[in-house]
Amino acid sequence: MDRRSFLGCGAAGLAAATFAPSLAFAKAATDKRFLFVIQRGAADGLAILAPTGDPALARLRPLIGFEGGSRIDPFFTLHPALKATAALHAAKQALFVHAVASPYRDRSHFDGQNVLETGGALPYRLRDGWMNRLVATMPDDPHAIAFAPTIPPVLRGAANVTSYAPSKLPDAGADLMLRVGDLYGADPQLGPLWNQALAARAQAGDLASGKGAAAAGALAAKMMAGANGARIGMIETDGWDTHSGQKARLGAQLSGLDGLLAAFQAGLGADWRNTLVIVATEFGRTAAENGTGGTDHGTGSVAWLLGGAVRGGRVLADWPGLGASQLYEGRDLKPTHALDAVIATALAQHFGQDPARLAAALFPDTGARPLAEQFV
Amino acid sequence: MNDRIFAENRFGLGPRPRGSGGGDGRAWVEAQLGDRLAVPAGTPTRAEAAEALLAYRDERRDLRMERRQEPEPTAPTMTMSGEKASAKPKQPPELVGLRKEQRDLYLRAVDARLNAALTGPSPFLERMAHFWANHFAVGATKMTTVGFAGLLEMEAIRPHVTGRFADMLLAVERHPAMLLYLDQAQSIGPNSLAGERAGARGRDLGLNENLAREILELHTLGVRTGYAQADVTEFARALTGWTVAGLGRGPLQRRLGGAPGDFAFAEMLHEPGARTILGKHYGEGGEEQGRAVLMDLAVAPATARHVATKLARHFVADDPPPAVIARVEQAFLKSGGDLPTVYRALIASPEAWDPARPKFRNPWEWTVASFRALGLDKAPGQRAVGMLNELGMPVWRPTSPAGFDDIAASWAGPDALVRRVEAAQRLAATAGQEIDARALAPVTLGSRLSPATAQAISRAESPATGLALLLVSPEFLRR
Repeated sequence: MDRRSFLGCGAAGLAAATFAPSLAFAKAATDKRFLFVIQRGAADGLAILAPTGDPALARLRPLIGFEGGSRIDPFFTLHPALKATAALHAAKQALFVHAVASPYRDRSHFDGQNVLETGGALPYRLRDGWMNRLVATMPDDPHAIAFAPTIPPVLRGAANVTSYAPSKLPDAGADLMLRVGDLYGADPQLGPLWNQALAARAQAGDLASGKGAAAAGALAAKMMAGANGARIGMIETDGWDTHSGQKARLGAQLSGLDGLLAAFQAGLGADWRNTLVIVATEFGRTAAENGTGGTDHGTGSVAWLLGGAVRGGRVLADWPGLGASQLYEGRDLKPTHALDAVIATALAQHFGQDPARLAAALFPDTGARPLAEQFV
Repeated sequence: MNDRIFAENRFGLGPRPRGSGGGDGRAWVEAQLGDRLAVPAGTPTRAEAAEALLAYRDERRDLRMERRQEPEPTAPTMTMSGEKASAKPKQPPELVGLRKEQRDLYLRAVDARLNAALTGPSPFLERMAHFWANHFAVGATKMTTVGFAGLLEMEAIRPHVTGRFADMLLAVERHPAMLLYLDQAQSIGPNSLAGERAGARGRDLGLNENLAREILELHTLGVRTGYAQADVTEFARALTGWTVAGLGRGPLQRRLGGAPGDFAFAEMLHEPGARTILGKHYGEGGEEQGRAVLMDLAVAPATARHVATKLARHFVADDPPPAVIARVEQAFLKSGGDLPTVYRALIASPEAWDPARPKFRNPWEWTVASFRALGLDKAPGQRAVGMLNELGMPVWRPTSPAGFDDIAASWAGPDALVRRVEAAQRLAATAGQEIDARALAPVTLGSRLSPATAQAISRAESPATGLALLLVSPEFLRR
């Protein structure tokens, strides 16, 4: 008996104790889907959605440049690698919030990601993540899953979440899997982790050996599509820290992310209609390129809202300008939108919750206030 | 609770089936403090790494001449964590062989590291070498660093594991792996000779502050310890000129002394002028300017605290007790960063010997402990590398300069656990039927072996299943 058939019959017949009942993905109370994609490493918003209408841009980026791409409004041009994203924009299913930032104003990745993920006002003040608190606000169990081998900080916390990532290792035998389950049963740390892992594997089925960014999007879609799919998902991407040779590296990064999003949309099928995807990074990069064709750690960047549920086809920006006196600390894109407010507002609209209450639940320390903007 | 088996798990790399025995655990650890770590046999040389990189660059340059602009290939990064994916451009066939050459150098270095971990005479010091290599993390993630990343540990860390922190710091920051990984080798003072010449030709070359920032944030003081952006920039200016010899081919490179891959100071890249960093004045001084800043950072109180916290987290608890941190910090400050003194303070902490406070082994620690428990004398080559990739901790390839996390939350995930079970099954299958896990369990786990685990092992349907159960038992997953 191989693992798959073992798991198949496990779901139906084996001792129920092997599987935590709450993890059997049953239909959740909402049809809405939410996927959060984090860009670890500070993605360069000025290259992703270039303010080509700003006369200062050419002076700041002589080597990196910003040629090509889709001019999506008189002022902004989407990076040429973002083909599927440009199509989504044309279909009014993509919205960008530019010059956006979390409350964090320093330039450490680790602190910046901690603020972005915990939703705190300062690094390490909160121990759980805002996505975990989002799960706690929802009726029934919306089934939240991180597509990662371990649970990232944004999803960590008291509410029930799980994680899954495909593995290239050969499947462990059914006998060993059962015995390990017995051995971990009494361990307060390992027991619950083991049950979550088994439940997620049962769900994943044949895509378990998938590779690459597009496969990641397809896998996420598979786990989130249909009446029994998870309602909340999270994908980690890294490699956005482009200190040198940015042009080619960012192109490859964005092309991967674009493929991931396209595969996610295709895999969701009809559920795309009910889906909101938010792509965000911990902070932006310097407005000017450095001496090595890259950019250093900065402040403001761009957040993406995508999905069939999004009222897209536009860019929200209270553009601060790139002139020397307009930059934050003389070097970075100045943030004019608060990322936490954008997230809280969009999610409240998406899941039909009270915006002020959700903002307070997700971002208790930042004073995030709902925006008047209609995102979905 | 300081018997030898306990000490070998907590301060070493895990017991081997023979050769351990009884005795006092603390004495076993302390006896190693006077040892020196040799460079493991089989480690590639720096010249080999430099040669491979040069050959690769030459070939790329020729190709670029043919085809004009070829995008800079990068190591793949668009990943589901742990799953290295392919968001990179297709490689021309001419480069494939040269890339393989560099990859072979990486594999040889991993092999050398694993072999030392399996049979080296000082497991505590081996463990410290792994700790410091992660503290001063470089990633074999760019074509320029694949061949060099392992050499940082071999050449800059191992010789100083029982020396002074300041010496290790200096050796690390001058090593080609670090200079290339954090972009320092290309940083140019805007008002240096090279910067001005480039400016005159209309090219805007300049400063890269990556290394300066990570030295402050990760290697010495620690994040949020009071330095400002201006300190980072000034430090970056002080470091301009620190570069690597013989890897480029411009007129500048021809003037640098030293063999390819050696540290070089290029006066013509150095930003002239005096600097003020963290309130202290540093006069004009070329290569010495950066070194003087570094030496001050090496003994700064914030550095002592940062290092003490990381050591306490590594050996005692994810959330380390303040008393342990304070003790190690004081030892660092009083001894000016003498590492054996620092280690001694840690080993003398009763909290470090508390059996009720185990740490979850990360994939590297678990893999090494498993290989040792199985009695392996030699690393299983490519298979070990593949296994560590699958377990989410590819050797010398952290996703950021902060290195791999040192807390259970990062490693004890649902899927990570299944992967360990899969890996354990494979290891147990190849170890054959000869090993009796019932006999091995008390030798590797000592007094921590629980009746439940002993029973599960004895009831397994085959010796291999029993062995796999030992390797993934709750006690073996922790140290």
